[in-house]
Amino acid sequence: MSAPHFVVHDKTDSVGVIVVETVEANTEMTGWVMETDETITITALDPIPIGHKVALSDIAEGDTILKYGHSIGKTVSPIGKGNHVHTHNLKTKKW
Amino acid sequence: MALPKSFTGYRRENGRVGIRNHVVILPLDDLSNAACEKIANNVKGTIALPHHYGRLQFGADLDLHFRTLIGTGCNPNVAAVVVVGIEMGWTSRIVDGIAKTGKPVEGFALERNGEHKVVMEGSRIAQEYVQNASEKQREECPIEDLWVSVKCGESDTTSGLGSNPTVGNFIDKMDPLGITSCFGETSEITGAEEVCKERGATPEVGQKFFDTWQAYMDEVIEPHKTSDLSDSQPTKGNIEGGLTTIEEKAFGNLEKIGKKTSYIDVLEPAEEPSKGAGLYFMDTSSAAAECVTLQAAAGFAVHLFPTGQGNVIGNPIEPVIKLTANPRTAREMGEHVDLDVSGILRREMNFDEAGDRLIDITMRTCNGRLTCAEALGHREFVMTKLYRSA
Repeated sequence: MSAPHFVVHDKTDSVGVIVVETVEANTEMTGWVMETDETITITALDPIPIGHKVALSDIAEGDTILKYGHSIGKTVSPIGKGNHVHTHNLKTKKW
Repeated sequence: MALPKSFTGYRRENGRVGIRNHVVILPLDDLSNAACEKIANNVKGTIALPHHYGRLQFGADLDLHFRTLIGTGCNPNVAAVVVVGIEMGWTSRIVDGIAKTGKPVEGFALERNGEHKVVMEGSRIAQEYVQNASEKQREECPIEDLWVSVKCGESDTTSGLGSNPTVGNFIDKMDPLGITSCFGETSEITGAEEVCKERGATPEVGQKFFDTWQAYMDEVIEPHKTSDLSDSQPTKGNIEGGLTTIEEKAFGNLEKIGKKTSYIDVLEPAEEPSKGAGLYFMDTSSAAAECVTLQAAAGFAVHLFPTGQGNVIGNPIEPVIKLTANPRTAREMGEHVDLDVSGILRREMNFDEAGDRLIDITMRTCNGRLTCAEALGHREFVMTKLYRSA
């Protein structure tokens, strides 16, 4: 297939990683799930820089975010499917 | 791709194999940097390793200071060493430690001699060492003689997606051939510590890792932290690149040890492996230059360094091969990037191909090709200090 807009490590993950240099809000994106080699689609709700994460589903405040199939922290505000996920809405559970 | 069976290196007096042939001018302490730099300036082809420490250290911190300097001199990429210190007692300790390898080493003290005399005598011996080293020939050595360290830096999410698993693919392919390898970064496994514990070859080794990680948390992080370590772990550069939390960084970090390789022992900082071929975990800082300096001091000959945002690190004695999966970094910072694996993210390259390319550039580097960091003169040599001096 052609180059994806975003890549997902594991099928259980809550987020994917943008791998193209420009994603504007309302971009129809295709994503590649590495673990299962599936292709999924999602619409970006925010502009998201390369390397930053997009939510793959609606996520409530206080929920655990999974990446690599493991917890990478908890949300501090509700996140919609297609929203940018970063330091403004996700915090560590460690230190 | 057929896996490599051999490489050409410099076999040293103690049997270890180096891929470079440096003559090092090594200061015992901060006071001796100037003399060492003068000697290195006098004699072409030598390299001074100035650093900040060596005075009034004690206990485990002093042990680490000696282990790092002696280990640096013992590294098989080093042909011979001139040591300069403020006084002869501790200088001799370094000289005696390096002499056990059988390589040429001589020490000089500034007290009772003065700098002019030390620089003159040190320059004479350094000239002899560098001319003798220049006659040393590379010879074919079995792949089991290769010691490889790994550590990533200025990571972003492309590190966990592309460049770190490329290093992991390298480790999974090369470990069964009998190489000796090492990963570290104690703080940066936080969040993935349970997963890392399971990667120990035995439950005892896994527990030894976990105890090392827990001790760092209890003794360093908890007493000293003033916040959630935002901007330190992850760094500003990590956050700019899309990494949000230490857990996310840790799982990406751990991709470097592959999918099936287990570590067989846990090393103190700068400790030489002693359990034979295999993967080792070393208790290190996650700061690039500190970590690579410790790994070089433990005897590792070549380093694999995946980066996302574009860390520019090199090391004076251990060549650092940098790879990135970030297309912007590959494009904007190409002079620092030995291998571009951004094709993984475009689905143009799979991990098997990327791992093969990394093996290829590593073998070429071992056989003599200069890394980007070597060509650019990056010589970051940073000693780890455990606590304040007396």
